[in-house]
Amino acid sequence: MHPIISTVLKRLGLGLLTLFFVSIIIFSSVEMLPGDFGESVLGQAATEETVAAFRKELGLDKPAYQRYFDWIGAVAKGDLGTSFSGRAASGVDRSRRVVDLVVPRLKNTLFLAVMAAVIAVPLSLILGITAALFRNSFYDRSVNAFTLISISLPDFFVAYLLILFFASLKVLEPFGIVFPSLANISADMPLGERLFKSALPALTLTLVIVAHMMRMTRAAIINLLASPYIEMARLKGISKFKVIVHHALPNAWAPIVNVIAFNLAYLVVGVVIVEVVFVYPGIGQLMVDAVSTRDIPVVQACALIFAATYILLNLLADVVSIASNPRLLHPR
Amino acid sequence: MSTASDKGYSAADEVGSVLEQRTRWQRVKLALKSAPISAWFGMVIVFAYIVVALFAPFIAPYAEDQIFAVPFGPWDSDHLVGTDQIGRDIFTRLIYGARNTMGIAFATTLLAFVIGGGFGLAAAISGGWIDQILSRFVDVLMAIPSLIFALMLLAVFGSSIFNIICIIAVLDSTRVFRLTRAVSMNVVVMDYLEAAKLRGEKLNWIMIHEILPNILPPMVAEFGLRFCFVFLTIASLSFLGVGIQPPTADWGSMVRENASLIQFAQYDIKAGITPLLPAGAIALLVVAVNFIVDWFLHTTSGLKDEH
Repeated sequence: MHPIISTVLKRLGLGLLTLFFVSIIIFSSVEMLPGDFGESVLGQAATEETVAAFRKELGLDKPAYQRYFDWIGAVAKGDLGTSFSGRAASGVDRSRRVVDLVVPRLKNTLFLAVMAAVIAVPLSLILGITAALFRNSFYDRSVNAFTLISISLPDFFVAYLLILFFASLKVLEPFGIVFPSLANISADMPLGERLFKSALPALTLTLVIVAHMMRMTRAAIINLLASPYIEMARLKGISKFKVIVHHALPNAWAPIVNVIAFNLAYLVVGVVIVEVVFVYPGIGQLMVDAVSTRDIPVVQACALIFAATYILLNLLADVVSIASNPRLLHPR
Repeated sequence: MSTASDKGYSAADEVGSVLEQRTRWQRVKLALKSAPISAWFGMVIVFAYIVVALFAPFIAPYAEDQIFAVPFGPWDSDHLVGTDQIGRDIFTRLIYGARNTMGIAFATTLLAFVIGGGFGLAAAISGGWIDQILSRFVDVLMAIPSLIFALMLLAVFGSSIFNIICIIAVLDSTRVFRLTRAVSMNVVVMDYLEAAKLRGEKLNWIMIHEILPNILPPMVAEFGLRFCFVFLTIASLSFLGVGIQPPTADWGSMVRENASLIQFAQYDIKAGITPLLPAGAIALLVVAVNFIVDWFLHTTSGLKDEH
């Protein structure tokens, strides 16, 4: 078999194995709940029968491994269980299916993440390449300092700074642009309005992830500039720009793609805080709300989605960097 | 020591004088003298934060949970930066916040190092299947983003300060484990370690007397960086409302509580930046610690920037 295919398959297998273990960890979080949580969900007035019925619904009368396979089988079919909220002591059940809660919000989150990625990835590549091109210039130094600062700032600090300047102080008002500080988008909004309302959250996420990607791009290219073949290209009299784009960049792709995927995976985490700041109806906010009401099925579903996205993006990064490795592509 | 000061310079004197090794304190002073301005900035900031945290009750004008008549009060002479949503003095809460937020973050980082460092050393020394099991276990834990993992565990166990410290410490100890294991792997293969083992020294003794002194510089640097991460995670959790609970003053939750003030920035810029004060306090500390760690790494390892 081609060495690339076997390496990629090995990596995929490892990824699936990780996903399996992670699902076990997330599942077993319910196991760690204190024994009387039936009462705390249903309220003090719950009768013994309603508590017993609730425990039976959760399958707590079955052994743990059987419940795990029931749960993971249902998840695979797209059934994430029912929420804890909306249950009453009298046994009346107004709870909603977790899928109905999660899916519309997941779409919103993906919309925001894609928007941030579409701005951030080209921006950081351009900044990184130009910083490498004009190394040690004033431009390079200021871009570096700016990114260093934005790495150190907490996400919500960046978010509130943007709100302060663009929504509250309206510094762009002379140009007729006043961004809303709340990104309360809904599904029936036209695309333009959705983009406009999501501008500040997307900008926050962009600022947070651009720094890493830009620095990595710059470092990867500068690393290569010392190699003999670049020296050769330079001695041939090719322009500086062409040396970097045609000669250095193709070999720098692996680390760059890796850090891009890593930062897109970081978006998964950053999105939680940014959604809360801007009251954006996404899955991060759903998870935070579910954590404060201790609605475990919703928390589990969100954690599973976040973890799976994170693992898949890291997997993708590894596969791409394996596939773009010239040594593996052209084996002797 | 030469006595050059009273007799003038004498070459014989200098050659004859015994070379003295500088004491630790002298070396520290020399290193401090050559520290760049950014490192000094970092050290001054961190020192100020520590002083404020230690002496909070003496510096703060009011008590942490004392409530005044006017909620969201303006900046004036009674309340230096105004009052919060139920009328507590924000300046006082900022000072107490230094104590609570930094104290909890420090305890968490320490615990993470005890757990991660201990297991990391054990994995490096014993090798074999113990190393394999621990490493694979850590791989799985690190596959879940830590903020998400922390949120999930907080939902299960409930948010109390003790739970937060334990959960974040365990999650962050995975990173400490990886670093400790990696750096001690280089030490474990040394001859002097083999000698210690043959002498019949106990595992504990080898860990503390042979390996620890040799891996100290990267570990100290990691402690600073890890503290920043822990600090930011706890602040984020508090900001999300599932971390440190009121009435304990904490910078993350203070940002959340006063966030609505930002809407008034166009009428009163002072009110508008009030919620940014605790967030800025967090950011400043993180930047300061990063400056110190940069300089520390530079001097201890001779690590140079790429240019």
